[in-house]
Amino acid sequence: MSACISPSDEPLARRLIAFTEAGLPLVADPWAWLAEQLQLSVDDCLALLQRLQANGLIRRIAAVPNHYRLGYRHNGMTVWDVDDEALAQLGPAVGALPFVSHCYRRPRRGDWPYNLFAMVHGRSAEDIEPDRETIRALLGDACNADEMLVSSRILKKTGLRLGGA
Amino acid sequence: MDDLDRRLLNRLQHGLPLVREPWVALAAELDSDEAVLRQRVQALLDDGTLTRFGPMFDIERLGGAFTLAALRVPEERFEEVAELLACMPEVAHNYRREHVWNMWFVLGCASYAEIEGCIGLIEVATGLRVLNLPKEETYHVGLHFPL
Repeated sequence: MSACISPSDEPLARRLIAFTEAGLPLVADPWAWLAEQLQLSVDDCLALLQRLQANGLIRRIAAVPNHYRLGYRHNGMTVWDVDDEALAQLGPAVGALPFVSHCYRRPRRGDWPYNLFAMVHGRSAEDIEPDRETIRALLGDACNADEMLVSSRILKKTGLRLGGA
Repeated sequence: MDDLDRRLLNRLQHGLPLVREPWVALAAELDSDEAVLRQRVQALLDDGTLTRFGPMFDIERLGGAFTLAALRVPEERFEEVAELLACMPEVAHNYRREHVWNMWFVLGCASYAEIEGCIGLIEVATGLRVLNLPKEETYHVGLHFPL
């Protein structure tokens, strides 16, 4: 993926990521706190955040629920073998379904026919079935086969390391 | 969790607004008080309902290369291979999934050449073939759990 962050913003972005690794403090003026860390004026800091959000480095400043705790214990990686020419239209449509958290096109391999991946979360494995039906109906005849791979154990979970550092 | 917590969480999953006074804006939106909202978020962090409050980054925008990969690990070797991957800093997460491809992990490296090197290393160390599935297109990313 091509980065579209300006060269002058990049070192600031890396420091921003480091400073907020543990999160953002719950203070009345979080941008003033960040500005102090980054040695910027508050206005410059807010403008930086807006630029980084506009170019996609910051997805959002969000509260991340513990989905296990909220009862969403099952994540199903649903995989679909979709006609290549239909994918440009159907991929975004599947991604837009409210219960799909991640949706990607990936390559087929010799013994791996699936080119569309959609992650679906549910309170139980059965919970996910109606969602799969919805995706199946949306894909219609363009889909040749599908499977669901349910996670049964987290073997390792750390954040992605900074690339290209 | 009461009604205000629920409305706050549903709203915050979409992100704090990037305006000069974000908590004031949020309080106006939720018809509440900004200090109360921050106390609620703190309480939800303290009791483990939230894992984090802060910026979510698409780290790939800063460069680097990533892939989703899988292995078909014989049951009797499962722990040994999981341990090997756990020790590799390039492996970000690793899940067991109920399928013949039973081990799924994400690799993050500085370049795609390093990814290929890392995959080669795993294949040599395990004697197993790695299914390498780098993403070609992102259609959607956004975790949202309606409460």
